[in-house]
Amino acid sequence: MIHPLIRQLTAEGPVATDGAWGTELQARGLEPGECPDAWNLTHPDRVQEVARAYVEAGCRLIMTNTFQANRIALDRYGLAERAGEINRAGAAISRRAAEGRALVFASLGPSGKLLDEFPEQALYAAFAEQARSLAEGGAGALVVETMSDLAEARIAIGAARETGLPVVASMVFDTGKNKDRTMMGVTPERAAEELTLAGADAVGANCGAGIAGCVSLCRRLRAATGRPIWIKPNAGLPRLIEGRAVYTTTPEEFAGYVPALIEAGASFIGGCCGTGPAFIAAVHRVIVQRLPSR
Amino acid sequence: MPDLTSLYTAILNGDAKAATAITKEALAENADPLEMVNRYMVPAMSEVGKRFECEEYFVPELLLAARAMKGSLELLRPLLTERGSEPTGRVVIGTVKGDLHDIGKNLVASLLEGGGFEVIDLGADVGPERFVAAVREKNANFVCLSALLTVTMPSMRKTIEALRAANLRDRVRVLVGGAPVTQQWADEIGADGFAPNASAAVTLARRLAAA
Repeated sequence: MIHPLIRQLTAEGPVATDGAWGTELQARGLEPGECPDAWNLTHPDRVQEVARAYVEAGCRLIMTNTFQANRIALDRYGLAERAGEINRAGAAISRRAAEGRALVFASLGPSGKLLDEFPEQALYAAFAEQARSLAEGGAGALVVETMSDLAEARIAIGAARETGLPVVASMVFDTGKNKDRTMMGVTPERAAEELTLAGADAVGANCGAGIAGCVSLCRRLRAATGRPIWIKPNAGLPRLIEGRAVYTTTPEEFAGYVPALIEAGASFIGGCCGTGPAFIAAVHRVIVQRLPSR
Repeated sequence: MPDLTSLYTAILNGDAKAATAITKEALAENADPLEMVNRYMVPAMSEVGKRFECEEYFVPELLLAARAMKGSLELLRPLLTERGSEPTGRVVIGTVKGDLHDIGKNLVASLLEGGGFEVIDLGADVGPERFVAAVREKNANFVCLSALLTVTMPSMRKTIEALRAANLRDRVRVLVGGAPVTQQWADEIGADGFAPNASAAVTLARRLAAA
């Protein structure tokens, strides 16, 4: 059964979600090698600025700066023991920024390990701790995102579902000649079936190889599940220009694909790496234009 | 020399248990270790590489095959060394400074080991000075640099510059890889090679080692 919140949210047509956080924080001074999620404790004002910009851009739901905030990923920065507070703070910051105008869907990214490098129970415990802390911080839903490995995605979904919050699950399709497999070889059909079976309330694709390829990914996901489809592409792969990552897709080009995505069955549309508030505002405009007038 | 097609198949299927058992058995029957490597194991890994290229195999299959290969090689290594057979090459590998992503780097390291290289893995977020020290200390002839973040790509250039400043640049082949890395970038920073995926990285390293 689809969680009532997700059903209600998508009943009247597609919903604009938010854009990238990592690249927005980099624009606000986050250095390479620094832990973005730790900014929830050290620079909450700048994190809130990002969240706020997405609310202003017209997002009906915004996410949280907690993509790497499971204790396995945090351990790389020596921050495993801060997992609870980083997640609680991340959810609380987004809630403050939303001021009731947008829902808070909290981000849970991968552990950064190949699954057999880690015992399943430890992985489950790490995601369960993160999910619980996000719920305590006031998240309204949980998003298991940027997954390549179905086994890891299933574990994260299981852990997230323990909170009783709606769970979105999304994978990265960026591999193969047609960029329609995850790094681990998973097709959209298989992902949609397995993520649905694991209990996700919505399933999707994020990051990846740009928005153009997402139209067919969306159609294929849609055909393989009855769940609403979540699409959050990046702004293409960046080029390095004078030491800075530059994304060449413009907000208008990006939003130009929104009608095709809606046609292909997308219920949630936002952006990943390289997409800022201007992208989301453009997406939002297209969605609103297409809604039947009430 | 017994027929060891089963060893070829075990590696191709990523069955480490079978590969190890067959290797032990063959050694007990006085099979020639060098011939085992050249006639069965290396061809198995090339077939794995081919299947990966045509998208029949993906990362999980690649990794399992590399581990099966590594398991057998560990049994053969002492005998090969005894006969004066050196590893294909000695590789220092790491994810460059500022970047903590290590899945791709780990995969390349596993496959290089499966390809007969001795691998010294420095981990992630490795500064240029650590690459320099490891090359000097281990007398390596390959350096493999990984980056997932576009913003950490300049650390690759700095590492190559540090190798040059330490007069080690001519002693090593520098290979670069990772999602945002391109051949153009490799050329620009003066690397010796670029590979778009882990399987291609091993093919490239083997080709350069033989050159």
